[in-house]
Amino acid sequence: MSTLQLPSYREQSPAVAERFAKLKARPVILDVQNLTKIFHAHTTLDRISLQVHRRELMCVVGPSGCGKSTFIRIVAGLETLTSGAVLVDGRPVNGPGSDRGMVFQGYTLFPWLTVKRNVMFGLQLGGQSSTMAESEARQWIELVGLGKFEESYPHELSGGMKQRVAIARALANKPRILLMDEPYGALDPTTRGRMQSYLMQIWRQVDVTILFVTHDLDEAVLLSDRILVLGTNPSQILELIEVPVPRPRSVEQMLTPEFLATKHRIEELIHGPGEAEPATLPRIRLTMAGDDVE
Amino acid sequence: MAGHSQRWLVPYGDLSPARQLLLVWLSFLLPIAAWSVVSYVPFVWHPQVRITDPGGVSYFTKDSLVERKTFDLENAKMAAAGQPAAIGHPANPVFLPAPHEVAVAFHRGFTTPPRRTGEKWLHESLWQSVQIIAWGFAISSILGVPLGILCGTFPFFSKLTEPFVDFTRYMPAPAFGALAVAILGIYDPPKIAIIVVGTFFQQVLVIANTVRKLDPALVEAAQTLGANRREILFRVIVPGTMVDLYNDMRILLGWAWTYLIVAEYIGASSGITFFINQQAKYRIYDNVFAAIIMIGIMGFVTDRVLAVIGRQIFPWQKTAKPGLLRSLALARQRRRQEALPA
Repeated sequence: MSTLQLPSYREQSPAVAERFAKLKARPVILDVQNLTKIFHAHTTLDRISLQVHRRELMCVVGPSGCGKSTFIRIVAGLETLTSGAVLVDGRPVNGPGSDRGMVFQGYTLFPWLTVKRNVMFGLQLGGQSSTMAESEARQWIELVGLGKFEESYPHELSGGMKQRVAIARALANKPRILLMDEPYGALDPTTRGRMQSYLMQIWRQVDVTILFVTHDLDEAVLLSDRILVLGTNPSQILELIEVPVPRPRSVEQMLTPEFLATKHRIEELIHGPGEAEPATLPRIRLTMAGDDVE
Repeated sequence: MAGHSQRWLVPYGDLSPARQLLLVWLSFLLPIAAWSVVSYVPFVWHPQVRITDPGGVSYFTKDSLVERKTFDLENAKMAAAGQPAAIGHPANPVFLPAPHEVAVAFHRGFTTPPRRTGEKWLHESLWQSVQIIAWGFAISSILGVPLGILCGTFPFFSKLTEPFVDFTRYMPAPAFGALAVAILGIYDPPKIAIIVVGTFFQQVLVIANTVRKLDPALVEAAQTLGANRREILFRVIVPGTMVDLYNDMRILLGWAWTYLIVAEYIGASSGITFFINQQAKYRIYDNVFAAIIMIGIMGFVTDRVLAVIGRQIFPWQKTAKPGLLRSLALARQRRRQEALPA
């Protein structure tokens, strides 16, 4: 890595710079002001301030225990904040609501409902008649490519399919912001890659802002407009990185200099400068002489 | 691999359907076989002798049962006195009838009128017991299921009721027998009350625990979809715990049966317990066995039927074969798919 000559991750091509200028001109959907969370006398989040613009896709990364999950759960209203404010569309967050859809890491489809009924769930709570909700649910299921499975129960679907239904269910409510808490954490790498490209397609077609928590840096760089890097002790914002990789994105871009430079910068932020040397183990021999592997 | 799969004892392993069926049959056949061996093989147990010819023994009568020791002693005396010896064959005590005798009694129990007028037939006794159980279990469930769900959902109700319920369930239900008779008389109401007391307190705790085991992420997901408290309760918690609650109810119904016998002793003895006691008084142990086995069969069949019903009405379980409604829904979907242009 150190021998590789990478450009600065701050260098943006004119097209990318123009894109960011356009993005920042859009209205602010999520406004976080000095958010602090103290849990059992431990500061889990320390004075976090940021703004997410309409149609932006922002990933949150950081070492385990940095409070990235707590952060997104506070935005969802599933956890309370200690001080500061979280505004969605200018209104302060006060408990969970359908304007902030969420996709969880665990599979949270209702096992007793078919795919169609799962997607209809939020629509019917919102007061839609079942015929209206049904035809709308069908459109969302088609959008995530699961039209054939609308009468299936969740246990009949694979992990990736379940998460696609979960995304359809959350989007059907037309949330102002879609919160995704490590949604692909439990999927195998192949499925995960496919899910990432599904998400990018959906995001292009639907008017939605996405806040996405992950611990996979490739995923973060591939998906994001900007990446929020959180640190531990104290859990503050280390940097809000503007990803210089042009859109539309694809897996092939993962070896381009901009991509690698961005990823390298995040690694540096999370692990500290330079490659973190693995600790040397004590030399204890438990093999026969001449049986060396190296 | 092939050798491995053919083993009978594999920890947490699977058995082929054929083997499972064989073992299911054996689980019933083995106890019956043991019973048959004790009943039909003369040198196994048979501590008594059934007299076929009393010989010179003055107090032996034909067809009576005597201890083998007495029989040998008397015959020794007869031999010494030069009198004809008594003749008999080994027999089991009257309280252990052979399988075929019970089988006959099973048939006879439903076909012969009771010995005394005013006494109930076997099926009438059973019906009376079933009614007691049904009322007791229904009353307990009407109160216990909603309370259990509330306790499992809201810590408020849990803290308000569960400590007292926990305390009360250690009091054996039969201990309330005298009280129940004093308040409710001697006929069916006190018996129903005992079943309610025996079931209700367990029911609240069991159901509250089941409700607490629901994945909280489902509740959170519903909240982010805009569900309020009432919708969380009725559209997530109730349907989400339905399968487990149904299975809890099956187990609790089994417990209610165990309280039945005690309940029927209270006040004016009635139902299947009265039938069993009367038959025991007449020393017709074939009928006693028939009645006890009848209770077992009823409980077992009820449970199996409920299990089958459960698979039909909860089609989202992994183990469920598609029931009628589900098959129709899937067929409708297939038709729609075919109707769509490719």
